[in-house]
Amino acid sequence: MTHVITDRCVMDGSCVEVCPVDCILPARDDSELEIVEQLYIDPRLCIDCGSCVSACPIDVIRADFEVADDRAYAIVLNASFFEQRTEG
Amino acid sequence: MTISRPRVAVIGAGPAGAYTASLLRTRCDVELDILERLATPWGLLRHGVAPDHLEVKTLQDRFETETFGRGCRFMGNLDVGTDISHDELALHYTALFYATGTQQDRPLGVPGEDLANSLSAQEFVYWYNGHPAYRDLDVDLSGERAVIIGNGNVAIDVARILVKDPDELRCTDIADHALHSLRGSKVREVVILGRRGPAQAAFSNAALRELGDVRGIDVHVDPAEITLDPASERWLAEEAGFTARRNVQLLKGLAARGPEAGSHRRVVLRFLRSPFAITGRDRVESVVVRRNEIRREGDRLQAREIQGHDETVDCSLVLRAVGYLGAAIPGLPFDGDRCVLPNDHGRVVRDGAPVPGVYAVGWVKRGPTGILGTNKRDAEETVAQFVADLEAGTLPPPSMPSRDQLDELVAERKPTTITVEGWRAIDRRERARGAAHSRPRRKLSSTPDLLEAASDPN
Repeated sequence: MTHVITDRCVMDGSCVEVCPVDCILPARDDSELEIVEQLYIDPRLCIDCGSCVSACPIDVIRADFEVADDRAYAIVLNASFFEQRTEG
Repeated sequence: MTISRPRVAVIGAGPAGAYTASLLRTRCDVELDILERLATPWGLLRHGVAPDHLEVKTLQDRFETETFGRGCRFMGNLDVGTDISHDELALHYTALFYATGTQQDRPLGVPGEDLANSLSAQEFVYWYNGHPAYRDLDVDLSGERAVIIGNGNVAIDVARILVKDPDELRCTDIADHALHSLRGSKVREVVILGRRGPAQAAFSNAALRELGDVRGIDVHVDPAEITLDPASERWLAEEAGFTARRNVQLLKGLAARGPEAGSHRRVVLRFLRSPFAITGRDRVESVVVRRNEIRREGDRLQAREIQGHDETVDCSLVLRAVGYLGAAIPGLPFDGDRCVLPNDHGRVVRDGAPVPGVYAVGWVKRGPTGILGTNKRDAEETVAQFVADLEAGTLPPPSMPSRDQLDELVAERKPTTITVEGWRAIDRRERARGAAHSRPRRKLSSTPDLLEAASDPN
């Protein structure tokens, strides 16, 4: 299980500040912030504490099993962001 | 000796101003005012973000809590530069943070741009979002085809609003007059012209995916137009980021998709096409489109026009979505090339030296780039300069430190200045009007209506 950020993310980094395992990227001051279009949660590291859910100012973070069907692509999107980084 | 709290003003209550005020509230002990030329706060969050992006609009609740909820004062309907000058404000405040954004759209610079029904996307967006200065914009949706020029998220937003079933917009806070016009719209096809190729498109994956998912419409992409030239192909493989690579994948997916049964509207994404002229007798009748190719020039890929492939696209509405330009603020220096306040990490500079106590944040600082949250990091940088200046003692107290003198001046210049209580009365009224129709709010979109609501104690 993991938590997932949907693509409405406005990237203000409130979730990054509260994540206890630093599994949300790009991190603060990372130059990659300039080129990504949302923040992503690494499903391999997320411990499902839910801190990010309450920190998100627009409530677009969900546990994967709670993601609405029309936003299901977000689960793949979060995972594939980290896969392509590993490949790169 | 009396030690009074420094008095600080944030000018512009858009996202950059809101994030700045929020940070100033938590990091410093200051008396804080937010000045705004419109009657309502939150800038492009209210008047720019598409109405069907309901989740994003909820950011206003966070802004409200972190600013007005923590004692910031609001002075709405007060235009700095018209009602009160920068020099006057400087007499009353220790520091001024300019978060005024961009005030105008970038022109295309082609003949016919000024014909009736050739509009900037910004005007159109302000119109459907209920901006008081644009509620009477003459938007004619009686023709079957609209052309949008530009390849960013604004172009996609505007296209989506034009083709989406108005019944799906009914549950949003779209302006009533726009919903009414869209219900009567005859627009059946929206053509989006991108100057560059699919690999260079500026829109996000999210925007493209959302467009592809709009119910009851087709998104048409000609496979030939998204076949990459060798330079773009190499760039995409070797240098491009996640967004560009996925955009191309998404576009290939759209190109392979056949028309949907029963669809009644369509969006056509064109690439390597620039407007050469907009033609018509007194209203828009067509756009002459010229073809481009991508060339590598130095380490950059540039779109260059090629002759002999012009085509004419008949249409009755043209919306240009090719960016914004900042405007100069009287009394302050201005970088006319970048259209920003010249600044060093947020400290406004004149002839290379900081102007004490004057700061810039948001688009007027960095130019029109980034998304909503980008302004939080931007505000952190600017606020850090202010904190350093405050600690270094380089900010002299204002020559007129009395709050009463400031309030008297504002009351004299703009008796209709809106306070936090006034804004909250507007907010309550709009939400109540919406609740009756299962909408998050029904906006008041004329200044007299807003002023009337602001003075309603209930």
